[in-house]
Amino acid sequence: MNHYLSLILFLPLAGALLLLFVPKQNDDAIRWIANIVAGLGFVLSIPLWFWFNPQDPAFQFVERAPWIPSIGADYFLGVDGLSTLLILLTTLMGSIAVLSSWTAITERVKEYYVFLLVLQTGMLGAFMALDFLLFFLFWELMLVPMYFLIGIWGSANRLYSAIKFFLYTLAGSVVMLLGILALYFYNHSQTGVYSFDVTLFHTLNLPENLQWWLFLAFFLGFAIKVPMFPFHTWLPDAHTDAPTAGSVILAAVMLKMGTYGFLRFSLPILPEASRAFVPMMVVLCIIGIVYGALVALAQKDWKRLVAYSSVSHMAMVMLGMFALNPVGITGSIIQQLNHGISTGALFLLVGVVYERRHTREISEYGGLSKVMPAYAAVFLLMTMSSIGLPTLNGFIGELLILQGVFVANKIWAAFAASGVVLGAAYMLYLYQRTMFGKVDNPKNEHLADLGPREFATFAPLIALAIWIGLYPAPFLRRLDTSVQHIIARVSPQYNERAASAECVSVPTPELMAASPGGQFLAAAPCGPDGKPLTPAAAGAASAVPPPVPAATTGQVSSPQAAAQGAR
Amino acid sequence: MPPGISLSDFYYILPEIVLTAGALVLLVVDARLPRGSRALTWVTMAVLLATAVSLVPFRNTDVEVSQGLLAVDQFALFFKVVFLVAAAMTVLMSERYLQVEGASFGEYYFLILCSTLGMMIMAGSIDLISAFVGLETMAVSFYILAGFIKPNQRSNEAAVKYFLLGAFSLGILLYGMSILYGVSGTTNLRTMATVFVGHERNPLLVLAVILVVAGMEFKIAAVPFHMWAPDVYEGAPTPVTAFLSVGSKAASFAMLLRIFVEGLPSMDADWRLLFEMLAIVTMTVGNVAALTQSNLKRMLAYSSIAHAGYLLIGVVAGTPRGISAMLIYLLIYSFMQLGAFAVIVMMRRKDVVGDELKDLSGLYHRQPFAAFAMLVFMLSLGGIPPTAGFMGKLWLFGAAIDAGYVWLAVIGVLNSAVSLYYYLRIVVFMYLKKETIGSEPTLSPALTLTLGVAVAATLVLGVYPGLLFDLAEASARTLGASGVTAAIR
Repeated sequence: MNHYLSLILFLPLAGALLLLFVPKQNDDAIRWIANIVAGLGFVLSIPLWFWFNPQDPAFQFVERAPWIPSIGADYFLGVDGLSTLLILLTTLMGSIAVLSSWTAITERVKEYYVFLLVLQTGMLGAFMALDFLLFFLFWELMLVPMYFLIGIWGSANRLYSAIKFFLYTLAGSVVMLLGILALYFYNHSQTGVYSFDVTLFHTLNLPENLQWWLFLAFFLGFAIKVPMFPFHTWLPDAHTDAPTAGSVILAAVMLKMGTYGFLRFSLPILPEASRAFVPMMVVLCIIGIVYGALVALAQKDWKRLVAYSSVSHMAMVMLGMFALNPVGITGSIIQQLNHGISTGALFLLVGVVYERRHTREISEYGGLSKVMPAYAAVFLLMTMSSIGLPTLNGFIGELLILQGVFVANKIWAAFAASGVVLGAAYMLYLYQRTMFGKVDNPKNEHLADLGPREFATFAPLIALAIWIGLYPAPFLRRLDTSVQHIIARVSPQYNERAASAECVSVPTPELMAASPGGQFLAAAPCGPDGKPLTPAAAGAASAVPPPVPAATTGQVSSPQAAAQGAR
Repeated sequence: MPPGISLSDFYYILPEIVLTAGALVLLVVDARLPRGSRALTWVTMAVLLATAVSLVPFRNTDVEVSQGLLAVDQFALFFKVVFLVAAAMTVLMSERYLQVEGASFGEYYFLILCSTLGMMIMAGSIDLISAFVGLETMAVSFYILAGFIKPNQRSNEAAVKYFLLGAFSLGILLYGMSILYGVSGTTNLRTMATVFVGHERNPLLVLAVILVVAGMEFKIAAVPFHMWAPDVYEGAPTPVTAFLSVGSKAASFAMLLRIFVEGLPSMDADWRLLFEMLAIVTMTVGNVAALTQSNLKRMLAYSSIAHAGYLLIGVVAGTPRGISAMLIYLLIYSFMQLGAFAVIVMMRRKDVVGDELKDLSGLYHRQPFAAFAMLVFMLSLGGIPPTAGFMGKLWLFGAAIDAGYVWLAVIGVLNSAVSLYYYLRIVVFMYLKKETIGSEPTLSPALTLTLGVAVAATLVLGVYPGLLFDLAEASARTLGASGVTAAIR
């Protein structure tokens, strides 16, 4: 069991190596092998969901071996709730991306699947690595395959988009590398140990000045990847020109690299700086939300519209994170998954019609719901998920984010809410233009509806969207300890408040400690200064006799319950 | 036996003796063999191998030979290994090139061995005189090698340019050295360091530092003494260019470290400042100029200028970590640079010169292995993991941060991001373009071996560089470990 993570990590790479030995002309064999490897990768990662222990705050499935002993770098893997969910998202989206390319890619098939599988290993490694240098290695490993995927199999402007993607990401990440090195040497000067161990960095207390610079260095690396305004300009180009599977992977997984970076590194390692930079981050997020949505509204290209919607949605994710409270961060993580599911699906949907018509101009389509009813149904579902309609996943994420942001600052929340409204506007406008009305373009009259293989790529995403929409508790439960860990570093007052008697109105501290979301809600009657808002109410609450069948109280006091209640 | 030389000295310079004897044997064999015989390649390889084997007894020694002319220490050893590896790879890729060009093997291999000898002496020298002799031995061999393809005008032009500018720069270097001798009264670098301890800051000495820096900058092709590099690199026979950009550069860096770290540690404030400015200018000018090149050899020339700039960061840091980072980077650089040139050698065919960017069009479809190898080298030169170039840059920039030169590291990483643009242009032509030019390029066994070794080294050192890191650190520690340098540090 010791090498479980390595197995998941290197399976795609092994598959890629295997593909190298298959003769080039044998396209079908290559497709089968790639699909089997990717599918196996997903199946292999499923036990992670069950074996992961949500109560254990430590990193799990840890593997550690010396890698470059002379500089103290280790091969150090491990997961917590956050990375568990992202790894599962990666293996799922990876297999979907491979499956979706069956008929879309007819040229240079072998290299295509090799690059996709190598990319998969890069992404998984970045989510698993607990050694900062190893993380960086995998982080950069993703660049090259993606560059080729866009550059070789992309559409019209592919060379420009590919190099833009590469150089933007690289410029950010090399500065981040300097930040990593500065952290490494500072750690040595304090502890006398040369190490890139992230868990060790999580316990460091860095001087404010250094934190400030490191935050900026990390910010550049991660913000470009997210991408946050004003570093987002590579994204519409890369998304638009990438082949469908490339866009899916980019949107569903690679953008999460940036937000994951903030959650795993920036916030816990640099808590003071993270707090100090909140105003800047919030302003950038709000601009991103509104600007991304407005630009999406104006797009004539279907894929570009979805790309700009990503800018807006990811800004929302970042805003929830920088509310720096448990609900906001939990919502931010859930919304990352949701964005992966819904935007991934939306790109797949564009890919389906693009494969049939070879155009992405929205004006070329219209009335497709008559020609392709199953397609229209899936598209509707995913539109609703993207908008955040209750009973679907987007709602849960947006609600938690708004809730967290609202507590942090009501004006920010107002801006964030405007993003939700605009999101509904551009998505519904897109739906109306493409699906409704008469079929006035003769080329669209005989488009084939979703085939079984295509439907198979959507089925798991639909299932997930509904699952998270109706019963997000298993997801939230897995995030508890991760969020708690981040909060303990970046906003310790929430944990203190949870422990302090005058603020807490809900029973049993043990139960509260098990769920940061619960703590937060419990402490919600407190103002931002930590003082109770309504002392009378708090008193009344504490007068309530502590009942405690564990499950019930957990439910009532945790965010998912709040989400269900609000619905 | 002349005074000052003992019999044991001959034991310590055994590798140099083996190499010299081997080179002479090569000339004799050449006269015996029919013209154009490929056996000479393997004779040369055997000489290099024998030299490498004769290095083995000295893996842990640290002695001065001939009363301080040469040092046989791990620092010198590390460089000698780099030179021998570079020479071997150069010889392997030369065979094909010489055949296509119709040039003779014998003198060519002899000159390669001579320049290697010069490099080995440079790396071991702890005396200005012996260092200069080594430098001249190397330089003169390269002047001839640059013009080796006699009917080719570009080759002749390169040789003349290199010779004139080289002679000029050697004059400057020698002038600086003579001032150093005049002020200190010694040519031995370790004695010089002792003499200068507590020495008043002397304008004459500053002038000497500037002159020596200028002379050495020429050899490593750093801005503003880089003008010769693109022309010479473009005109010289491709394998010679490869060896020039790797061996000559590495040897000059070894000599530079010996002079400044061993000889002038008390002047470090002056030369650090100089090198700091030069590093910034060199990286930036090299990379920016490379962006617009359409000739592969010129592009790699500018890229090698930029790499001299990165390497200077290690000199500026001046710490054992900085120096070990330089050693690591030089070895890694040898593999990736030589590998890249091996691909260009392969592109040279009867009907195609093969050193233009567009000649690489569609290479992936014709020679997938060569294209893959070139991809690895380009990524490595650009510093993308999991290639060795990343590990090298990581440690160079790390040393700069550790020594407090954060801005230098920032400029370095931004430069390496810029450089990816032109490295990727090469990749674009190989992988993304379909139209091809001229006849099919083919790989000879020797070329395949060169490429295979270079790719394997670049990837293995990128994923698992631990052993190299240890070796380089141990080697860097021996530089200036004895005497006053260590005390001043």
